[in-house]
Amino acid sequence: MLRRLLPSVLIAAAAGAQETPQAFLDAHVYPIAGPPIEGGTVVIQDGKIVAIGASDEVQIPANAVRHDISGSVILPGFVDTHSHAGSVEGGDASGPMHPDARALDSINVRDARIQKAQAGGITTANLMPGSGHLLSGQTVYIKLRDSKVIDDLLIRRADGSLAYGVKMANGTNPRKDPPFPGSRAKSAAIVREQFLKAIEYRGNVEQAGDDAEKLPPRDLGLETLVDILAGERVVHFHTHRHDDILTILRLANEFDFKVILHHVSDGWAVADQIANSPHVLGASIILIDSPGGKLEAKDNQLATGGILEQAGVVTGFHTDDPVTDSRLFNRMAALAVRAGMSRAGALYGLTMAGAKMLGLEDRIGSLEPGKDADLVVLSGDPLSVYTQVLQTWVDGAKVFDRSDPQDRLYAEGGFGASHDQGHILHGISQGEHQ
Amino acid sequence: MTRPQRLATLFVGLASSGAALAQVAVTGATVHTAAGEPLTNAVVVIEEGKISRVGSASEIEIPAGIRTINAAVVTPGLIDARSTIGLSGFLNQPHDQEQIESSSPIQPELRAIDAYNPREALVEWVRGYGVTTIHTGHAPRSLVSGQTAIFKTRGLTLEDALVKPMAMIAATFGDGARESGNKAPGTRAKMAAMLRAELIKAREYLDRQSDEDEGKRPDRDLSLEALGQVLNGDVPLLVTAQRAQDILTVLRIREEFDIPMVLDGVAESYEVLEQIRDAGVSVIVHPTMMRALGETENLSFETAGKLHAAGIPVALQGGYEPYVPKSRLVLFEAGVAAAHGLGFDDALRSVTINAARILGVDDRIGSIEIGKDGDLALFDGDPFEYSTHCVAVIIEGEIVSEEVR
Repeated sequence: MLRRLLPSVLIAAAAGAQETPQAFLDAHVYPIAGPPIEGGTVVIQDGKIVAIGASDEVQIPANAVRHDISGSVILPGFVDTHSHAGSVEGGDASGPMHPDARALDSINVRDARIQKAQAGGITTANLMPGSGHLLSGQTVYIKLRDSKVIDDLLIRRADGSLAYGVKMANGTNPRKDPPFPGSRAKSAAIVREQFLKAIEYRGNVEQAGDDAEKLPPRDLGLETLVDILAGERVVHFHTHRHDDILTILRLANEFDFKVILHHVSDGWAVADQIANSPHVLGASIILIDSPGGKLEAKDNQLATGGILEQAGVVTGFHTDDPVTDSRLFNRMAALAVRAGMSRAGALYGLTMAGAKMLGLEDRIGSLEPGKDADLVVLSGDPLSVYTQVLQTWVDGAKVFDRSDPQDRLYAEGGFGASHDQGHILHGISQGEHQ
Repeated sequence: MTRPQRLATLFVGLASSGAALAQVAVTGATVHTAAGEPLTNAVVVIEEGKISRVGSASEIEIPAGIRTINAAVVTPGLIDARSTIGLSGFLNQPHDQEQIESSSPIQPELRAIDAYNPREALVEWVRGYGVTTIHTGHAPRSLVSGQTAIFKTRGLTLEDALVKPMAMIAATFGDGARESGNKAPGTRAKMAAMLRAELIKAREYLDRQSDEDEGKRPDRDLSLEALGQVLNGDVPLLVTAQRAQDILTVLRIREEFDIPMVLDGVAESYEVLEQIRDAGVSVIVHPTMMRALGETENLSFETAGKLHAAGIPVALQGGYEPYVPKSRLVLFEAGVAAAHGLGFDDALRSVTINAARILGVDDRIGSIEIGKDGDLALFDGDPFEYSTHCVAVIIEGEIVSEEVR
């Protein structure tokens, strides 16, 4: 009702989707929706998966382009639930909460880190503003399609609205001089105050009904908070310490909002509380080489993935790009396995868990007929250090191909690998990916 | 014997006397000795802290009463060739950050041994992943930041951990050395000018020190004394330089003053391989997973492989991190390097014997050979695979970790 602000000119294009069917033959296929298929075939067309199964059971259309990739591995494209690629920004230093600020309005779509994320097999990402605010702004969910305009990367939900969430944070990052909070209790108090304002705003709008005279002046920030209260938008909550995690559960319970916990460094210590909260849709974790570097994250550990999995929490991963490198996203899952997470759970964490957290599980996250043709083709075991991403496909279009010298540059690094796309010759201008 | 040399002897003496007379035997399905082809079904025996026997399980007799540990894969204890662990504490709070003294851009007199905390959590952390030796000290953050030292990752006191009290003098050329405001150096040309001036001062100091007339000898200057050791060829200058142009500038200064040098970082070294090789310097390449930002924007996963292929001695490092993660693990770095051009065997050497050679301690550590320190890392599979584990770590015959990591 309050959402009448989306310009209809924004068109989510599936640019480059192949009308000709593409068949990926005789790969080791991880559908995620079911057990792995040794010697499996996947057929895609018009941006969608049309068939998947054992090679001798899948009917390949006569006009299909056949990709013989025996020995390779296919997974659903990876979902990065928390990235700062595109130099995304949110609110500024004028205040601690900016629910009106949209990540969409800040993204440099030519940022090489978007190309590097493709090289890591990432096909969907939640681009978020930072954690230096209690609420730094609206996030934006994107498909990593090749384009020079952000509009082409956006994801639309069934009702036509854009797919995004809202970024919040607690703990030490938002603590600054006034008007920012100086303590944890003040942080929670400011958030409460704003949500109460939003409840009042919603009441005034409802009371006004059809009477335009009685409508309060539009407030884009409060509209966003009302969306959160209505369950229309989820909160992506940056948090580290066990007590901060519990504060989020308390606030979510108080205002009945849905939340994804991000980083959750002490998640291992409060796994049952997280699992038992009806408000938590999942935990998105980050695993790093050593603890510390940040006081409230000093107890971050590789075992968190396995512990949350055991507790029954939907557990996914994020790069926090540039904190970790999008090209090594599979490493996150592998390190979780190193410390006790199940292999299946870790692969789910790279794909379907993220899809669920973004509310896109009907479209992405697994290889099933009818779903988006988002694939990653790997040279071997998805959890091995020796494995390379060979190809990445988004909505049926190839966006990364390791055999292409320019794409290889993004994958390995080297001169120009971090320059904004467009400053160097790239496949888009040459139509290589079409 | 110079005063620093006497000091070194004193410390090494203390370190040796503190070494445990430990003995242990390790059997490995595969033993990578870093001194030849891998051994299959092999045994390594450590007695009195030193490796005493190495060979096939069918040929080597394990002394009676000695504890035996089995592992799928055994390697020499790993060496992190450039770290700031022990100085840059994991809490990352002002009280545990000792890696940079910002009062002046040139302070070669600062000694790592006066700052190293052997009980720092990250020492124990990296040890759990097979690292038994670290080359650590002042950070690549000012023109000449201080001295580095080499430690074993054990012991509750400096003396227990110490291998070499003054390994190198750390210098930085590039954005890391740039001071803010009106402080010098503010530019690359000024960095070179200041470094040259200081080396000239140290040369004059050395000359005047050896004056026959004692009265003409200068008062002691610890800073110039330290740089003098570089000019004498006793201690290498460890220079962090990332951009190709900076690498060339640093090599130019090296030639001018004829000083021993080890290059650190070298993100763009693949552009100047010939020049690095011709200079005959060794390289401790940046962590593969370092962030590609600023002057490291052109870094590549393949750099270690390219340097090695060009015939340049290469070691890997955990490096210095100002934020998260506070240290990288050289074990994981070697895995990424192995997968991106360096290959398994050379990646392993880059964190064992090649690192030991670059650090000048290959007579003691870096390979599994009779007479060397009994430093081993034990794994349940390919050490570089993300999902295998380090299952035990041994330093001089003492089992310092059995936690599965």
